[in-house]
Amino acid sequence: MKLKSLFNVALSAAVAASFMVVGFATAGTTKITGAGASFPAPIYSEWFKDLAKQNNGEIKVDYQSIGSGSGIKNFIGHTVDFGASDAAMKQSEIDQVPEGVQLLPMTAGEIVLAYNLPGIEGLKLPRDVYPEIFLGNITKWNDAKIVAANPGVELPDTPITVVVRSDKSGTTFGFTGHLSAISSDFQSAVGQGKMVQWPAKNMVKGKKNDGVSSAVRQTPGAIGYTEYGFAKLSRLPMACLENKAGKFVCPGPEGGAAALANAVLPENMIVFINDPAGDASYPIATFTWMLFYKKNKSAELATALRKMVEYCLDEGQKIADKAGYIPLPESVVEKVRAASNNIQ
Amino acid sequence: MNRTNPQRLQLERQPMEPRALKSIVLSAITIVCAVTACIPLFSVLLMLVYRGGKRLTLELFYTLPPGAFDAPGVGGFGNAIAGTAFMVGIAGLISIPFGILAAVYLAELDPHSKISEIARFCAKTMTGLPSIIAGVFAYAIVVLTMGHYSSWAGGIALSLLMIPTVMLTAEEAIKMVPNPMREAAYGMGCTPSQSLIKVILPVGMPGIITGVVLAVARAAGETAPLLFTALFSESWLSPNDPTASLAVLIYNWSSSPYPNLIELAWAASLILVVLVFILNIVSRSIGGKTKL
Amino acid sequence: MADNKFLGNAGGRTLSKPPTPGDIFFDKSFRFLTRAFTWATVFLLTFIVYKIGGEALPAFSDLGIKFLFTSTWNSSQDVYGILPQIWGTLYSSFLALLLGGFFGITIAIFITQDFLPYRVEFVLKNIIELLAAIPSVVYGLWGIYVLIPLIRPVANFLHEYLGWIPFFSTRLSGLGLLPAVLVLSIMILPTVAAVSQDAFKAIPHKTKEAAFGMGTTRWEAILRVMLPTASGGIFGALVLGFGRALGETMALAMLVGSMSTLTLSFFSPADTISALLANTFPEANVGLETGALMSAACVLLLITLIVNVAGAVIVAKATPGGDKR
Repeated sequence: MKLKSLFNVALSAAVAASFMVVGFATAGTTKITGAGASFPAPIYSEWFKDLAKQNNGEIKVDYQSIGSGSGIKNFIGHTVDFGASDAAMKQSEIDQVPEGVQLLPMTAGEIVLAYNLPGIEGLKLPRDVYPEIFLGNITKWNDAKIVAANPGVELPDTPITVVVRSDKSGTTFGFTGHLSAISSDFQSAVGQGKMVQWPAKNMVKGKKNDGVSSAVRQTPGAIGYTEYGFAKLSRLPMACLENKAGKFVCPGPEGGAAALANAVLPENMIVFINDPAGDASYPIATFTWMLFYKKNKSAELATALRKMVEYCLDEGQKIADKAGYIPLPESVVEKVRAASNNIQ
Repeated sequence: MNRTNPQRLQLERQPMEPRALKSIVLSAITIVCAVTACIPLFSVLLMLVYRGGKRLTLELFYTLPPGAFDAPGVGGFGNAIAGTAFMVGIAGLISIPFGILAAVYLAELDPHSKISEIARFCAKTMTGLPSIIAGVFAYAIVVLTMGHYSSWAGGIALSLLMIPTVMLTAEEAIKMVPNPMREAAYGMGCTPSQSLIKVILPVGMPGIITGVVLAVARAAGETAPLLFTALFSESWLSPNDPTASLAVLIYNWSSSPYPNLIELAWAASLILVVLVFILNIVSRSIGGKTKL
Repeated sequence: MADNKFLGNAGGRTLSKPPTPGDIFFDKSFRFLTRAFTWATVFLLTFIVYKIGGEALPAFSDLGIKFLFTSTWNSSQDVYGILPQIWGTLYSSFLALLLGGFFGITIAIFITQDFLPYRVEFVLKNIIELLAAIPSVVYGLWGIYVLIPLIRPVANFLHEYLGWIPFFSTRLSGLGLLPAVLVLSIMILPTVAAVSQDAFKAIPHKTKEAAFGMGTTRWEAILRVMLPTASGGIFGALVLGFGRALGETMALAMLVGSMSTLTLSFFSPADTISALLANTFPEANVGLETGALMSAACVLLLITLIVNVAGAVIVAKATPGGDKR
């Protein structure tokens, strides 16, 4: 024990000494480090680039897309200035942060089912089919149920390869939440979680939204769940899903906005839309949150964080649409803006 | 081909005789094996040149990674090159003095003592240390102590892998210094450290440098120790923050769905492999001259 | 170069004077430093083992021995077992050893047994050594974009027609054991080849001459005389190659598919301890999950230490001068 602390002291001394030598990165700029969800990573990195441009490098945000699970872990471990997660945070996790936690929804997105079947666009998947695919009960693309929903489409006799996340993921949380809401079989066999035990046999795992999209791209006959923007940017075909009202809705901004209109944001800013009502609603949509400490290391940092939030709520929402995300409804923006004052 | 074998020349060759036939068949299999083993290298090199070469422009060296919405063909990884250089530099600053000083003790000052035996054993054991363990260790020691990811943590993790290589090769190099040199130095009245610094180390230097360069080459390509110590970054090098490196960049972008990033991963691989090969050739040409 | 320095000193005035107190002080501190760093080497390894062991022990005592023999890794219920990872580590390394070992020894024979003119031998030797120099992450990238598309049709053909053989019992969708094993075997081939070459070279020339003198063909000499004589060193080479395969991380993390399954099939995704660490450590919950990962790291450390030490000992015993490598 003594040796250990001795070593740590020596090490901290060495590290501190090197800090003094390399103190050049600090002048005039506030650096903010964030890490977490890969779901909103494309839009976050776009926001933060633009933010740095707008205020002449006064605030520099470095965001690491490492997945929601890692984001929460780093946030609890205080290795970042803010975290990001699209599964929000559990109460037990919030309790581990003595400074208090302010969660703020920053944008929202749709979880889409991207697939790899050359030449087949706009595949329709009914509500009783896609949970079965992820349960491993439907294993061929020319299964009678899929064929019935897609008249006139030539479906091949290839096995379905299910692509899921290998890491703890808010996207998985949102997706399994939806599947549990629409299928009692799925609820009892798998349930909702950031990481679950998938029963499907023919399965491949990918790391982060990037990995899932990439695995779908490279695996003939694959189907996987990923954020709309990822599938759109990497030009993967996406399935149109049957919503609560029994209508097939393809992924896109209108369907997402309609789904989001169902959400009522409570005091703690945490709400999940597991199975939205409405004819036009795309069935799987989720908010994605940034996680802030209520009490930050310095007032300077807190000001910078609030500025960053303000940018995201104001300028940021304008590009959400074209980036493949759903802009927050005006009512939500107001609530988030008010809550951002808790970041001190 | 068998004719090059002098023992064979006097004998009458009968290729269809079973023993000779067996020999020929086995030789053929061996040749096929050797050729097959070379295929991966050429395949890797070919793909690197073909897929990475397309993107090999000067822009790569001074621009930052592209965002997901940037046009194809935009962006580079200047920060990752700088990060790799910086972290390997830190690792070198730690491991080179560490390794050489310990090697001096092992080879010269007290080669047969208990502690030398144990230290040598430890160093050899550490050469087989899984690189991910070095990362786990540096995370526990540096990242948790400092409270955030940094290039220092990455450099320290890399140094753990360099120390044994530097140490063991330096020990060999020092042992190779001919004895008359030592005797002459002592005969002139040198203290042990004078003889070491003025005679033995300079003579053994090419061998030591060979080991150092090889260790640097290996560290430059290591990924696992950096995964959760230096992490990655999309901005320019700032030593106290997460730091990009070529190796982690390749790992991260290898599973990217965006063709632009995949192209950049290939280009980064090409640069990394060229760098490693150059270091290997340098170390060999230095090492080649040391044969005493 | 060194001689010049020597001459320069000989002309100086310090020649054959007793060392000054400054010299003596410098000498003492220099020697102290070298000793300190020698101790530090021992300390470092001990500290690594202590630190990882220290973090692992509480979790391991919580999880109990079933940690090693169950196969669920579920962080939401805090249930951890690494049987599939242990199996995957050993199985993938073993398969890689079969392949890489065969090729490595064959190449060592090819290089050392006078098959080739000196120049060709030199080139081949360098090619094999360059194979080892390529960073594993580059092999990973190559594996994903070149190797997998290449072997997928073959693998799925085998599954289609020979699926009743347990080794072919699943399809190869993409990531899986086979691509990982192929890359691993490429990575250990140079180690095996280099150490076996040393073993062959250590055999006195007379041995081979005697064999040829008895009228053996080249391959009879190799198989009946050279191989048995070098067998100790070759066995050591295989053990060292096995150790290298066990500890390899990136190629596995990128290619093996990270699936907790106990499988014999070459085409199924699997998992190894190193891949588990690389993929799970960054997001592990503080507490039992981190402890469980540390325990997994301990298991890996233990396996590799045993294998590497055994390999080093065997090589040192079998080939005179072989311990220099």
